[in-house]
Amino acid sequence: MKTGKFLSIIALLGFSVSVMATSVPEDKIDTLRLAPINVEPTPPAMQAVINTDVKQVRNYPMQPPVIPHKIDGYQIDLKVNKCMQCHARTSTGHSQAPMVSVTHYMDRENNFLADLSPRRYFCTQCHAPQLDAKLLVENDFVDIDHLIKANAVKH
Amino acid sequence: MKMNRRDFMKANAALAAASVAGLALPTSATNLITSSEQTKLEWNKAPCRFCGTGCSVMVATRDGKVVATHGDAKSEVNRGLNCIKGYFLSKIMYGRDRLQTPMLRMTDGKYDKHGEFTPISWEKAFDTMAERWKATIKAKGPTAVGMFGSGQWTVWEGYAAVKLMKAGFGSNNIDPNARHCMASAVAGFMRTFGIDEPMGCYDDMEAADAFVLWGSNMAEMHPILWTRITDRRLSAPHVKVAVLSTFEHRSFDLADLPMVFNPQTDLAILNFIANYIIQNNKVNWDFVNKHVNFRKGTTDIGYGLRPAHPTQMKAKNADTAGDSTPIDFDQFKQFVADYDVKSVSKLSGVPEHKLLELAELYADPNRKVTSFWTMGFNQHTRGVWCNNLMYNIHLLVGKIATPGNSPFSLTGQPSACGTAREVGTFSHRLPADMVVTEPKHRAITEKIWKIPAGIIPEKPGFHAVEQSRRLKDGDLNCYWVQVNNNMQAGPNINEEMLPGYRNPDNFIVVSDAYPTVTTQAADLILPTAMWVEKEGAYGNAERRTQFWHQMVKAPGESKSDLWQLMEFSKRFTTDEVWSKDVLAANPSYKGKTLFDVLFKNGQVDKFPVSDADPKYMNAENDAFGFYVQKGLFEEYATFGRGHGHDLADFDTYHKEHGLRWPVVDGKETKWRFREGSDPYVKAGKGFEFYGKPDGKAVIFALPYEPAAESPDQEYDLWLSTGRVLEHWHSGSMTQRVPELYKAFPDAVCFMHPEDAKKRGLRRGDEIKVISRRGEIKTRVETRGRNKPPVGLVFVPWFDASQLINKVTLDATDPISKQTDFKKCAIKIVKA
Repeated sequence: MKTGKFLSIIALLGFSVSVMATSVPEDKIDTLRLAPINVEPTPPAMQAVINTDVKQVRNYPMQPPVIPHKIDGYQIDLKVNKCMQCHARTSTGHSQAPMVSVTHYMDRENNFLADLSPRRYFCTQCHAPQLDAKLLVENDFVDIDHLIKANAVKH
Repeated sequence: MKMNRRDFMKANAALAAASVAGLALPTSATNLITSSEQTKLEWNKAPCRFCGTGCSVMVATRDGKVVATHGDAKSEVNRGLNCIKGYFLSKIMYGRDRLQTPMLRMTDGKYDKHGEFTPISWEKAFDTMAERWKATIKAKGPTAVGMFGSGQWTVWEGYAAVKLMKAGFGSNNIDPNARHCMASAVAGFMRTFGIDEPMGCYDDMEAADAFVLWGSNMAEMHPILWTRITDRRLSAPHVKVAVLSTFEHRSFDLADLPMVFNPQTDLAILNFIANYIIQNNKVNWDFVNKHVNFRKGTTDIGYGLRPAHPTQMKAKNADTAGDSTPIDFDQFKQFVADYDVKSVSKLSGVPEHKLLELAELYADPNRKVTSFWTMGFNQHTRGVWCNNLMYNIHLLVGKIATPGNSPFSLTGQPSACGTAREVGTFSHRLPADMVVTEPKHRAITEKIWKIPAGIIPEKPGFHAVEQSRRLKDGDLNCYWVQVNNNMQAGPNINEEMLPGYRNPDNFIVVSDAYPTVTTQAADLILPTAMWVEKEGAYGNAERRTQFWHQMVKAPGESKSDLWQLMEFSKRFTTDEVWSKDVLAANPSYKGKTLFDVLFKNGQVDKFPVSDADPKYMNAENDAFGFYVQKGLFEEYATFGRGHGHDLADFDTYHKEHGLRWPVVDGKETKWRFREGSDPYVKAGKGFEFYGKPDGKAVIFALPYEPAAESPDQEYDLWLSTGRVLEHWHSGSMTQRVPELYKAFPDAVCFMHPEDAKKRGLRRGDEIKVISRRGEIKTRVETRGRNKPPVGLVFVPWFDASQLINKVTLDATDPISKQTDFKKCAIKIVKA
């Protein structure tokens, strides 16, 4: 059905579809290891946290943004939520940090609360900083924006 | 790079202009596309692909691709939320190295155990497999073929697999990776209640006054359930949270009562609580007198090691591990009397006042308590005992099967309950809690499956760890692995698994969506469709069955596990696999293919393709010409209907956002075993544990016994393994999502700063983690989310380049056969 259109989009965006047409030796098959099973590779040096404060574009609007800074030693427990010291609505004036999304003020029944919803209390369940690590394998997820624009061209 | 708002606006205007010029958008008045036709997304529901929580997600597709996902607001489980993995589901299918074609190890155009992986056709793949399977069955019988599946199989895939193995090949050698995950929970349920799976449901979380976590780091492993507990704890200040673990982790952040105990001493703490309840006259006598029996279990039951292992040889009762004898309350009281607060505090390392406070949470008649446990209990050489002892406590105070009072065994995998347990893909089980050792159960199964009597063998097949041993020993020669990465997940890789897979007598087939270390050790790799590339069903930890439609096509020549199983069955006739005696007594089966017998049996092929919603694709319907998923599901559901496992009809699940079984008269069941809530409880009973013939649950007298291997002078540290929030199991999906990969790219060894200092180590140093069985190289982490006590280290197992299971011990619970991945002795040296 849509295969033709799909392939043309791939071509348009210049993506390569990786079909393995040739033989692959045993120690090259697992992209995440690239070593024989009975040999222990040297682990890469620990990477630093990307701490630029530069926002990373989300893959789609509903994706929780990744954290563009270090959170080493941040306390989030029964007593304190360090993240909200900057990201709470009332803090954003002095911090100039983005306010947590309005969904974070909603309870299980979608009622808005006066303050952060307790079900959203532990920020790191959805948000994580990024380490400066080299990807082992690329991801060919297509941003909806590319698809819409590609479609627009054809109309 | 800093950019102020003015710079940004300027740059953006230029960009917009360029894109308009370059792509000649029809809308010249705006840089946005607002036409609803162009911005519309197709949204459909699906359960999350990862853990046993069973969140529902909404999946957006466009032009044959998944383009977005978000939490399903209509789902009772997660009400619009997802964890970080769930939010990135959209990207899990698009790692660039998806397997696209079958690949066989070949040299010069021929199969060679040491050859390179060479693309071949499905035809050639199945020819090669069938040839090996037939020759092996002919030479050594059906016990020489086996299958290792998963709690990540869809319901019908697990069902088709168990039929193919037990009814087709006549072999019970099928086991799921769920054996590593919750076999102890299953055996615990069967021993105490006579029927599997939790009596409560997630609604307990909004009703409880106290939560106790036993060996469960829910903050990372069941994050969405943790949001519900957090919601309850923070919005109702009287609620208390107690967290027990052998090391401090993220769940401790919410703990009112945090406790780190010495490994294995959970057994003693559990018995102490029972003792406390009795000593302080807090037994709920009305409940206990009506609904409970007492029994004493066999002790000194060994550690599930090979029979020749010195530790195993010392055990007196390894062969009768599951036995028990009736006792009365006084004998039970006497048995637990040894577990007083002083001695248990000394053994466990938990201060007396904390133990007392914990016991009082259970003993206080005015406090509703929900206990949660996962791998800390289940991956334990006395895991079944832990489960039994936990139920003891809830039964003594009658805090069970009512909202908020719930001993709640959580599961790890998305369909550990729905597929592995309910369908019965274990080496000893059949659907609906039946077992192969029971003649009546085999007869019921053979009748529903419409196969001759005597096909299903009486003897249980090889369980997970036994399969690895038998591969190594050359007793199991044809082996098919689906939907899991056991070369990374299974224990003792060096001594058992790798030699087993690479044994020249064996032929190993691995079906997966991505290349893994298991495919690396295989002889034939089959590319496999995943998640919304096929129609599926999962069953979560609260008995909730959830369906989804196929939404996109699988890449290249990938096919679902279901298609693979059914297509492979066409390669065999009954004459090639069934005994001559059975065929002589049932001549109408002669000459038929296994496909005819198992799937074209008038039941599975009963529903036409036209029954399927034409809005969705369905690769299996196209291939086989009938509504495959519906036929398999409806045949399977006949096992449980009317027997306490009732499932709704197939079409209902495509509409509902999940239903909790038993579903009777269209109504789901939230709490089992209680009158008024569970339709199976007879009027006037109040509570009825109908899994047992007399309707009574069992309280077991079981002692503390030491671990299989403990630290000594040379191997001076405990090793615990486990997961991290951002990665699912072995990381084969999540390591391919850039955001998740960068959140936690490499495994590390979490250790106490003092332990590091003692060994001259600093954070980031390269080290070797060494046991008697193997070693890995990793790096020291003295900070971060896990804070082990002195004497214990934690290494996660998601990293394919750091196979920590080279180090672990393949000791299992002797009753459940589940491996203890949480305790073995290691040493650490600088690399």
